[in-house]
Amino acid sequence: MTRRLVLIHLFPTLMNLYGDRGNILCLERRCRWRGIELEIRSLGLGDAFDPEDADLVFIGGSQDREQRAVARDLLEVKGPGLTRAAEEGTVILAVCGGYQLLGHSYRPAEGETLEGLGIFDARTEHPGPSARRCIGNVLLQWQDQTLVGFENHGGRTYLGPAARPLGRVLAGHGNNGRDGTEGAVWNRCFGTYLHGSLLPKNPRFADHLIALALARRHGDSELEPLDDALERDAHAWAARVAKGDGLLAWLAEKGRYLVRAATVRER
Amino acid sequence: MRTRPPIAVAAARLAGRISRATGHGGTALPGLIAQRLDPKLLGDLLQQLPLGHALISATNGKTTTAHLVGAMLREAGQRPLGNQAGSNLERGLLAALLARTDARGRLRAVDTTVGVFEVDEATLPAVIEAAAPRVVALGNLFRDQLDRYGEVDWVAALWSKVVQQLSDRTTAVLNADDPLVASLGREAKCGTVYYGIEDLAVARPSRPHASDSHACPSCGRDYTYAGVFYSHLGHYRCGPCGRERPRPQVYATQVHARGLGGCTAHIDTPEGSFALDLRLPGLYNLHNALAATATALALGAPLDAIQRALAGMAPAFGRGETAEVAGRQVSILLVKNPVGFSETLGAVFEEAGQRHMLLALNDGIADGRDVSWIWDADVDPARGRCATLVIGGRRAHDLALRFKYAAESPGEDGPEPIVVAGDVRQALDAALERTPRGETLYVLPTYTAMLELREIIARRAGLRRFWDTG
Repeated sequence: MTRRLVLIHLFPTLMNLYGDRGNILCLERRCRWRGIELEIRSLGLGDAFDPEDADLVFIGGSQDREQRAVARDLLEVKGPGLTRAAEEGTVILAVCGGYQLLGHSYRPAEGETLEGLGIFDARTEHPGPSARRCIGNVLLQWQDQTLVGFENHGGRTYLGPAARPLGRVLAGHGNNGRDGTEGAVWNRCFGTYLHGSLLPKNPRFADHLIALALARRHGDSELEPLDDALERDAHAWAARVAKGDGLLAWLAEKGRYLVRAATVRER
Repeated sequence: MRTRPPIAVAAARLAGRISRATGHGGTALPGLIAQRLDPKLLGDLLQQLPLGHALISATNGKTTTAHLVGAMLREAGQRPLGNQAGSNLERGLLAALLARTDARGRLRAVDTTVGVFEVDEATLPAVIEAAAPRVVALGNLFRDQLDRYGEVDWVAALWSKVVQQLSDRTTAVLNADDPLVASLGREAKCGTVYYGIEDLAVARPSRPHASDSHACPSCGRDYTYAGVFYSHLGHYRCGPCGRERPRPQVYATQVHARGLGGCTAHIDTPEGSFALDLRLPGLYNLHNALAATATALALGAPLDAIQRALAGMAPAFGRGETAEVAGRQVSILLVKNPVGFSETLGAVFEEAGQRHMLLALNDGIADGRDVSWIWDADVDPARGRCATLVIGGRRAHDLALRFKYAAESPGEDGPEPIVVAGDVRQALDAALERTPRGETLYVLPTYTAMLELREIIARRAGLRRFWDTG
């Protein structure tokens, strides 16, 4: 029998800052390639959220302007359903702006503090318009392996006692650049700042999300292995870049260039 | 005019000479030195241009548009001075001006010299502040290098502020089809000229996913579109507040697109109309041609000179140039962001048949360190239609994954891409080897990969070095 799952994509046109679509595509393909049907439903501003429908929920990142409209909608329209889904074990992946809004609150660089859903015991504060953004490649320790991605956020997130971090920062800034944590996990909800897109280069994390959703809906979380050679190469390459091997390679390349400039006038 | 202490000019001229003598062009170095030593030099030199200057900015198309305006003004008998071969930051403008400056800091300009500069989106305010331009042409705003600028809204706010401050001595040339850019003209005190495509036959009915600015800035609701040319550019209207696309004064009708072969169209302007036969690829280049036409008109070029320049136009540096290497035609098409990537692939594959492709993705600062953007690009036009697909650059694996996940079932799109991560020279060799003699290899690199590839290709094909062009 074909196993079916439903993924609810929240605000696909508003919360799509940078490549987050790749996460949806990755989940869909990794299900399809194993004969699992993943139905994707998009919900925009004003659309009701029914927790009975959802096996997986995805919410991406956005600019501050869109984030206000989304924050209002989350509180007034989708909040109760989404909170119930989180409590009942629906798998939720929230990236960047979406992650911030699933915490207790987000104080942007300018303007009023936005109230979040409080699914994660976390608060986010932007230190102000002149503060440096946390930008760059990130490498995390996650369980017995690593996650790679790219972060780009002004807000600094601090976790409370009820939230566990998604991973430990090996390279990059993470939640706030201070305490070495990145992201948040509560029940089967995962929040993170990692773009990249996150899932294609971290196929075992993608499969972890699919397996959790399958276990809850079908009681059978078995996933046949896929050929992930390219994914592993991309992961390893990104990890190297994050660790600074990329910087060394860059310096070596420029060094060669300078040597050539000094010694060769014209070919 | 202030008298300049000659030290900044002298130091910059010396740096330029050393840089050229070592064979590296060094297009921005003299400018960088001069800017450090004398921050007011840029304004001083710009004010010495006898016919003033025009500034051109956009996420996509500023190099091509500036190139077109330059050609139009040359046809009109003027002597345009530009920075198309170099940096589009302040230092690049300075370098271009300093190349024509004598030891006492005076611009060696004849009375028909006019400045035509492309300017980085975030640098625009500083350059406008340095000296008031005659024309500011603003083309489009897409997400591009978010790791550098944070957010599209941030650039839009910057532009809005700067346009409000322009006096009536400046003309703002604005793209009517980009809602974010068009809205800049609403409260401007300066003159405004809008340009756009009137022919909805070349539009798509709905927005593809790589879209940026779809929400009305005044009320936050999504625009409704009567037709979309690409990304968020099209004929839009906001239902709730009634905001709509301004009527352009320079516009194209009867558009017939030929993919990489360019397009034909009928162009109307306040000065009259003409038939356009444009050899630059893609609909985005029709927008560039319209922007250039409006800019050149505002600078006083007659319509027949504009028409002649457009008819004789070859692609700008790395933007559709073709060279012959080892019996193969090599066509280089720079891609920088999701919209450019989607549109370029669309143009390459517009006509039926298979293509030989080399894609190169780097993650240098000038490319954008974040490669997430490839997931927002539409790669469907290339699926199943690449006779050769070699993927190179420092983040080649990421781009290969983009293609892998585009396929509904593994292998559905034909053989797996050949991934040659790292050195683009090896990727180029791998692609050339797989392209039969007499056929065309389409090379789509990001910016730093384009610079590297173009240098290799130029050396093998005998093209001019890039600092000699333009």
